[in-house]
Amino acid sequence: MNTLRTEPITINLGPQHPSTHGVFRLRVTFDGEEIVDLEPVFGYLHRGTEKLAETRNYTQIITLTDRMDYVASMSNNLAYVRTVESLANISVPERAQYIRVICAELQRIASHLMATGFLLNDLGALATPLVYCFREREKILDLFEMLCGARITLSYMRPGGVFQDAPEEFWHALNTTVTDLPHFFDEIESLISTNEIVLARTRGVGILTDEQAIANSVSGPNLRAARVKWDLRKSNTYEVYDRLKFDIPIGHEGDTYDRYLVRILEMRESVKIIAQCVEQIDTGPIRSNTPFFIRPPAGEAYEAIEGPKGELGFYMVSDGGVAPYRCKVRAPSFLNLTPLKEMITGWKMGDLITILGSIDIVLGEVDR
Amino acid sequence: MHSPLLLDFTTFYELFFKAFDTLGFEASAHWMSYTAAGISLSFIAINLLILSTALYTWFERRTIARFQVRRGPNRNGPYGLLQPFADVIKLIMKEDTIPESADKVVFTLAPIVLLAPTLLIITVIPMDDSTFLGTLNIGILFIVGITSVNSIAIFMAGWGSRNKYAILGSMRGAAMLVSYEIPMALGITSVLLLSGSLAMKTIADSQLIWFILVMPLGFFVFMAAAMAEMSRTPFDQIESESELGSGYNTEFSGIKFAILFLAEFMAPIVTSAVVTTLFLGGNQGFSPIPGPIWFILKMFVVIFILLWIRSTWPRLRIDQIMGFAWKPLFGLGIINIFLIALESQILMEEGKLSQNDMLIMSGINWVLTIVGLLVMFNIYGHKRYNRPDPIPSQLANMGTDLQ
Repeated sequence: MNTLRTEPITINLGPQHPSTHGVFRLRVTFDGEEIVDLEPVFGYLHRGTEKLAETRNYTQIITLTDRMDYVASMSNNLAYVRTVESLANISVPERAQYIRVICAELQRIASHLMATGFLLNDLGALATPLVYCFREREKILDLFEMLCGARITLSYMRPGGVFQDAPEEFWHALNTTVTDLPHFFDEIESLISTNEIVLARTRGVGILTDEQAIANSVSGPNLRAARVKWDLRKSNTYEVYDRLKFDIPIGHEGDTYDRYLVRILEMRESVKIIAQCVEQIDTGPIRSNTPFFIRPPAGEAYEAIEGPKGELGFYMVSDGGVAPYRCKVRAPSFLNLTPLKEMITGWKMGDLITILGSIDIVLGEVDR
Repeated sequence: MHSPLLLDFTTFYELFFKAFDTLGFEASAHWMSYTAAGISLSFIAINLLILSTALYTWFERRTIARFQVRRGPNRNGPYGLLQPFADVIKLIMKEDTIPESADKVVFTLAPIVLLAPTLLIITVIPMDDSTFLGTLNIGILFIVGITSVNSIAIFMAGWGSRNKYAILGSMRGAAMLVSYEIPMALGITSVLLLSGSLAMKTIADSQLIWFILVMPLGFFVFMAAAMAEMSRTPFDQIESESELGSGYNTEFSGIKFAILFLAEFMAPIVTSAVVTTLFLGGNQGFSPIPGPIWFILKMFVVIFILLWIRSTWPRLRIDQIMGFAWKPLFGLGIINIFLIALESQILMEEGKLSQNDMLIMSGINWVLTIVGLLVMFNIYGHKRYNRPDPIPSQLANMGTDLQ
């Protein structure tokens, strides 16, 4: 049969594009609306964080980690200070550990709220769900402001503890937030989870199977959405997570909808964790006696935490000086992009944006 | 009865004729007053529409802001009412760029071709007992014909700007607008079967019971198709901000962009006017409030519902949109026409339907519509989301250690 000759067209999606979550660039080849090929291009936000770390002392590097995953700087701080503690054998007081867990979980909620909001924005919901999610995120940022004065780039944690103890009003505000958040999750689930259009756009779209996920070393909610029950908070427990009761939600098949749903369920679990922490926390010191210039013995350490986006690890080598000899970050956003081509090829233009949104990347962390 | 606003071609013509006659142009008074009435009426109509579009953009931004826990524009003038004017001034003062590789003629013509049909529709809308053009006895046919120019204009904009995003957007637009014209025409046809006339005023007057009550299914089909024709969420594939940057208008700037947006924001006004005429009884209402006010109130209700949908729903994918037009919507439209034809054939006496007949029809149709829509949602929709507990993968499973 003779038809009109067609040819694929190649589009540079980004680095300036409203839905690439920053300055990500995708060179996509379309056959009509269908995606036949895709090549991600990184590096537009590369700031050389790892190299910069070699020129600063261990305390100063905390501010660098803030600027990697800038929607979850608490988690970055935690992963980093844990590595330094392991490198220099610093112990952490119990109260500080509880505060760290509270902060990490609050940050997880904030990060997941942002992921959910932007996923819905990518679906075309004209910013309404996004603004709702941001309204709740603001409350968490207010809590952080009470803790350390900053809202985004927090630098709250220190090797050996935290920067300062939480003020009295923080605990009141935390209680209110923790009581309110489940209602908000109910609200957003009633608006989104059963929305016909959301289901039509997300269910069965961009499936990442468990084999693919493991083969591509995907971690975090994306891995759990692919039915793999893997969470560093349980499997490689750190801080006080072994004393807390929580579930690890998993998805059904690893589609876009599962990735959305797992995030919502994880936020519910985080709220439970925070409530338990508030119950268990006791008075005491919040920081062990750690000098500003830490000189760890020569050696190396790798510590990883379950960040909002996956396994966030720091590998640091010390030569005995005030600055690390080498610092390497295992960035979950970056590694979660590995199966991007497999997930997106064969889907349509609109799905590309949705799938990319559901992976939840932050370019500050991808490019570092 | 003359309309209180005097926005009527015959009235204008007579006024000018009298004036020219007294001035001593007896021989040429006819064509002179004809031209003068036409020009002055077009001037009034276009400016009224542009002004109402400006107010509409303000209304839209304020309403959506309320949906989004924001305040919306509130700096320029009282309640931010001067914001649209500030926007227009900004757009006019901006540099009007044309891409070097663009097809300059097509690129320049596209905004005008898009705006013209939207402006023309208002001439046949009976806001009062008359329309701008007097009574055009093929009013609705005129609307169906003139709106199909939109798809050409959008394709011109995309093709002319020679931008990949724009061409993708306009290709989508062309496919979508052409497809949705069919369900829209089906919805209109069922109205015609009941009213027995193509004239907008007669359609409005024949609604002894509003047609939205007589045939909810027809209203649903028409409304869905009309939303797609204006490319509003959930059908906003032409622009789809999160996917195509800005779609077909990516390369436009300055006054051309202003005209494109004028046309785009005028579409909801015009569409709500058509919906009011076809389904909400036009200017019908009870007496102390005059007809045109009723008309505008009904338009506001329709516009508000459009904004409500726009600010809450996500967007469908392009293949889902096409599928929605050709499968459920087309089917429902056909079923609706069949029902209305059958019912009116049985009930009609001497080519007229009484109020009682319409009551009977509305009773039957509501039951059938609810059943029909439930069946449709069960066939095409996702059933309520109840899934069994997920089974953890056996690969890298932490198993019982994880309790």
